[in-house]
Amino acid sequence: MADKNEKTEKNSNLYELTKGLIKQNPTLVGLLGMCPTLAVTTMAKNGIGMGLATTFVLVCSNLVISLLKNVIPKAVRLPCFIVVIAGFVTLIEFLMKGYIPDLYNALGVFLSLITVNCIILGRAEAFASKNKVLPSILDGLGMGLGFTLSLFTMGSVREILGTGSWMGLQIPVLCDHPMTIFIMPAGGFFVLGCLIALVNKIANKKPPQEISCSSCPNAAICCGQCKTDAEEGK
Amino acid sequence: MSYVMILIGCVFVNNVVLSQFMGICPFLGVSKQMRSSVGMGAAVIFVMLCATAITYPVYKLLEKFEITYLKTVAFILVIAMFVQLVEIIMKKLMPPLYKALGVYLPLITTNCAVLGVTIGNIDNGYNFLQSLTNALGTGLAFTLALLLFSGVRSAIEDSDFPETFKGVPATLIAASIVSLSFMGFTGII
Repeated sequence: MADKNEKTEKNSNLYELTKGLIKQNPTLVGLLGMCPTLAVTTMAKNGIGMGLATTFVLVCSNLVISLLKNVIPKAVRLPCFIVVIAGFVTLIEFLMKGYIPDLYNALGVFLSLITVNCIILGRAEAFASKNKVLPSILDGLGMGLGFTLSLFTMGSVREILGTGSWMGLQIPVLCDHPMTIFIMPAGGFFVLGCLIALVNKIANKKPPQEISCSSCPNAAICCGQCKTDAEEGK
Repeated sequence: MSYVMILIGCVFVNNVVLSQFMGICPFLGVSKQMRSSVGMGAAVIFVMLCATAITYPVYKLLEKFEITYLKTVAFILVIAMFVQLVEIIMKKLMPPLYKALGVYLPLITTNCAVLGVTIGNIDNGYNFLQSLTNALGTGLAFTLALLLFSGVRSAIEDSDFPETFKGVPATLIAASIVSLSFMGFTGII
C-alpha cells in the first residue's frame, strides 16, 4: 500500500532502484530475511556471496513474476511464486557449486533456504505482481543490493571484532585479541540488534515497536489473524 | 548415532533457532505471548514430522530418476501443498483443533526451519526413523526457544530501554543473551 502512494509521488525508475539501498533497506528497516542475515555473516565475504546470490534470485523471480502476473490465478499465487523462486535458487546452487565451491560449502543449507527468504516472496507479493517489468527488475536489484549492503556491514563488524581480520587482511592489535563471541550465534543477535538501533538513530525516526504485518510475507494469507490472536491473549 | 543423541543434539546443543538461525521470523513475531508460543510450537512440530515423513519417500523417488538437484523445488512444493491440505481438512473435521492451530499453519509454509529440517535430513544421510527423530527434536527445540523467549519478552516490556533500542533491537539483544545461555550446552554430546 505504501508502495502505491510513493509511486504516484515519485514515479521514476531511479527511485525504484535506490529506495531499497537505505530508505527501505529490507533487513535493517523492513526487518525481513533475518535468518540468512544472522546465519552467514560470520565473515564479510560470505555476507557478500549470500547477498549477491539473493539479488540474482530476486531480480530473476521479480522479472518472471511480473511477466506472469496476469496468468497466475490469485488463489494459488503463493505456491506459483514459490516454485518460480525455487527454480532460480536451484540454478544459482548449480552455478555456485561449479564456479565458487568454497562459497558453496560455506553457505551450506542457507543457499537452498533462499527459497523461503521473506524478502523475495515479500517483493513478489508486494511489488512484482502489481507492477510492470522494468520497475520490478529495478526494485529487485535495489532491494537485493540493500540486502547485500547490510549483510556486508554486519559481516564486516563480526569478522573484524570476532577474528581480528577483514577480507583476509590482518588488523593490528585486534588480531592479537579476537573476541570470538562475535562470530558465535549470540554475537550475531547482538550485532544485528545494535545495527538496527543505529539505523533508527541515524534515520531519527520512531523505532519499529514490533514486526508489523506490512513487513510480514505471510500477511496475504494470514490477514492479520496472528496479531488479533495474540492481542486476545488466546 | 543413537536416537537419544540426535534428540538431545537438536534440542540443546544445536538449537534450531538460537544456534542455527532458522525460523527467526516466527521466533520474533509470535513469541509475545506464552499461549501463542505453545500454539505455534505445536503446529511446527506437527508440520515438521509430517513434512519429513512425506519428503523422505519423495527424495527416494528423485534419487531413482537421478534428479536429486530438484529437491528444493520438490520439497517446498510438497510442504506448501501439505500445509494447505491440512488446513482444509482440519477446518472441516476438527474445528477445535483448527481454532487452536489453524492460524499458525499458513505462517509455517515460509518458515525456513521446516525446509531446513527436510534438507538437513538428506544432507546428514539419516534413515527414515532418524529423520523423524531429527524432525521431532527440531520441533521441540523451536517450541522450547519460543517458550523461554516469551518469558524473557514479558520482562523486556516492563523495562526502560534507551529510545533507539526500544522494540526490535532490545528483543534481538535479549535473544543474544538467551542464545549465550544455550552455548553452555556445547560439547555435551
